Amino acid sequence: MIELFFGKYHYWIYIALMMIGFYAMIAKENLIKKIIGMNIFQTAVFLFYISAGKVRGGTAPILWEKAVLYDNPLPHTLMLTGIVVSVSTTAVAFAIVIKIYREYGTIEEDKILGLAEGERFREENPAPPVP
Amino acid sequence: MKDQIIIRTVSRILIPFIQLFALYVIAHGDLSPGGGFQGGVIIGSSIILYVIVFGIEEGRRRMPEKINDVLNSTGVLIYAGVGVLCLVSGGAYLQYSKLPLGSEHTASHLGIYGIEIGVAITVSAVMMTIFFETAGKNDD
Amino acid sequence: MNLEAHLPILAIIIPLISAFVIPLFGRINKACAWYIAISAISLSFIISVSLLNSVLADGTVSYRLGGWEPPWGIEYVVDYLSGFVMVIVSAIAVVMTLYAKKSVEKEIDESRISAFYAIYMLFFTGLMGMTITGDIFNLYVFIEITALSGYALSAAGKKREALIATYNYLILGTIAATFILIGIGYLYIVTGTLNMADLKMRLPGLYGSTSVMTAFAFITVGLSLKLALFPFHIWLPNVYTHAPSVVSSLMAATGTKVALYVLLRMMFTVFTVDFYLKAVPATTIFLILGILAIISGSIIAISQTNIKRMLAYSSVGQIGYMVLGVGLANPLALTGSLIHILNHALMKGTLFMAAGAVFYMTGAENISDLRGMGRKMPFTMAAFTIGSLSMIGFPLTVGFVSKWYLAMGAIKSGMWWLVPVILLSSLLTAVYLLRVIETIYFSETGKETTPEDAPAGMVIPILILASLCLVFGIFTFMPVGVASRAVTLLLGVQ
Repeated sequence: MIELFFGKYHYWIYIALMMIGFYAMIAKENLIKKIIGMNIFQTAVFLFYISAGKVRGGTAPILWEKAVLYDNPLPHTLMLTGIVVSVSTTAVAFAIVIKIYREYGTIEEDKILGLAEGERFREENPAPPVP
Repeated sequence: MKDQIIIRTVSRILIPFIQLFALYVIAHGDLSPGGGFQGGVIIGSSIILYVIVFGIEEGRRRMPEKINDVLNSTGVLIYAGVGVLCLVSGGAYLQYSKLPLGSEHTASHLGIYGIEIGVAITVSAVMMTIFFETAGKNDD
Repeated sequence: MNLEAHLPILAIIIPLISAFVIPLFGRINKACAWYIAISAISLSFIISVSLLNSVLADGTVSYRLGGWEPPWGIEYVVDYLSGFVMVIVSAIAVVMTLYAKKSVEKEIDESRISAFYAIYMLFFTGLMGMTITGDIFNLYVFIEITALSGYALSAAGKKREALIATYNYLILGTIAATFILIGIGYLYIVTGTLNMADLKMRLPGLYGSTSVMTAFAFITVGLSLKLALFPFHIWLPNVYTHAPSVVSSLMAATGTKVALYVLLRMMFTVFTVDFYLKAVPATTIFLILGILAIISGSIIAISQTNIKRMLAYSSVGQIGYMVLGVGLANPLALTGSLIHILNHALMKGTLFMAAGAVFYMTGAENISDLRGMGRKMPFTMAAFTIGSLSMIGFPLTVGFVSKWYLAMGAIKSGMWWLVPVILLSSLLTAVYLLRVIETIYFSETGKETTPEDAPAGMVIPILILASLCLVFGIFTFMPVGVASRAVTLLLGVQ
């Protein structure tokens, strides 16, 4: 039991971060806070990969004369790609949020949905012509 | 922020050093933490610092939109071009050891430098484009 | 340089390079963006067809990037299944790009057309890359390239509802892709390799471990979100309704199909058939979700008034058919699923392009605005009718073939009760599509209409796809031949 908790604490940390980010993406109503949640979620996954690549007694995976054992460098390269993907997704998300702000004037999700519902209602039930 | 003399002076002194550090990070990508993407982001953020301190028009004067648009694509074309050069020299795609640049080891090293430079050019240009687009005009 | 040997990488590199050449030339001359796009996609189509030919003649083609041996290097693998899907995706893209020339001029701001085509080429590159790669992390990179370009494309139009739909799609799509990344991470931790063929060899010894089951769960949920399987389909109707017409057509015809291909690849090649059938109850889950998707997609489509939203819910139902085939997991049903990939691409492509042509000519989006269109736009509406008959499953059209194989597969598995379900859903499809056909042909508008069809650049691609619906419905041996060989390879039996 102790082994499960203290021996694998890096997994517990990554799960906690992932759940915090996931909660922020789903439950928060401000669009920017959702993007921040997305970033936390993806950062948790980077932690997962890199912490899983650590070798006991290994140094950082850079060539060094005094080193005996190196960490696994492959997760580091994979996560470089992951960080680039995360930055690009954040950039596209911000561009969309800026356009939404310019069109709707607000970035709170419930207000935007209210405006959109009103539009759809008016579109599907056009007002009767004034006699 | 143009009239804050401390910020203006310090950034004027530091921006060239930031860019030099970025070139160091790009060049030492295979021996220390760094590489094309990281160096490109540092160059991009140096120009963003310049624009924040001195204003958008001044920044656009230094990095005209036409050059920015051309640099966006150039980096990726350099990357793909190195790969196609490797195809033409007889190897698989991106098999740098077959490039006609000396021994196999040298050719591998230089091939990796080539693509890192391509990545750095595109990343820095795209960072600048994103910043100029989002900080720019309020219409459209 | 032997061109023949480098075809797999050329199929990816030509669209990728053209995606970055288009902005450069777009500065000089705005009109040349389309020409570069159509030539790059046509070249890619020719390369895919020749790759499929060489696979049918000689067996699997494999290509090593950088000359590194697998499993240390990235490997591109073309076998029957990837070749089949590559040809479908590139053929549909050629037809859509021909259609796009006029449609994009109307729906996208003129200053952004070259940027639109650049992202369009990136989307196409991502789709081709997803089908051809043999390395799971490279797969994740291409999934993200496709997804990001998809977000940018669907927000590119002038409608403001598209922005909310795209934001929703972005959040859900990022959750999906990150789940896939977590699954890949678990697989890597357990086996130490990222190459699909190598994983296939190393996983069987590890079936009992919870890491492998967690990896399977995460990857399945992530891919089901991308695939728009029943409870995860929420992003699809809004995106398809409000995106520009070319984008909805291309995404409806190819986007979800390639996600289904990735699901098949992961289920049957990486986690081999035994794991899928015995270690986890995945077949039951896919069966249930497939049936729910078919029924609910068709029922919700009946109550829609917007043409594209109705077609989007109908897509949700059709994806249920394909997943039903995966859930049954016997050779006949899987052949039905694979042929349905081709069929749905043809049918939905025709229907969405026809809806886009109506929007181009009249700006109409609702079904009630289609009154009397049969006389006004005869060719487009004829193609719409052929597509609808094919969706319902009329004999001699392509839709009948896939439903026949699915029904045969259901009977062979002993699940007789699935055949009435398939028939019921065909009936529901008939309800909502025949209602549209009735509005088109048999309702009076009360005024004289002169035939004024969409421009030839839009009508010809629609007619090409509609005629292919009939051709592949009559000469069924071509797709069935390739699909059954692909199924043999996937299931590893007989």
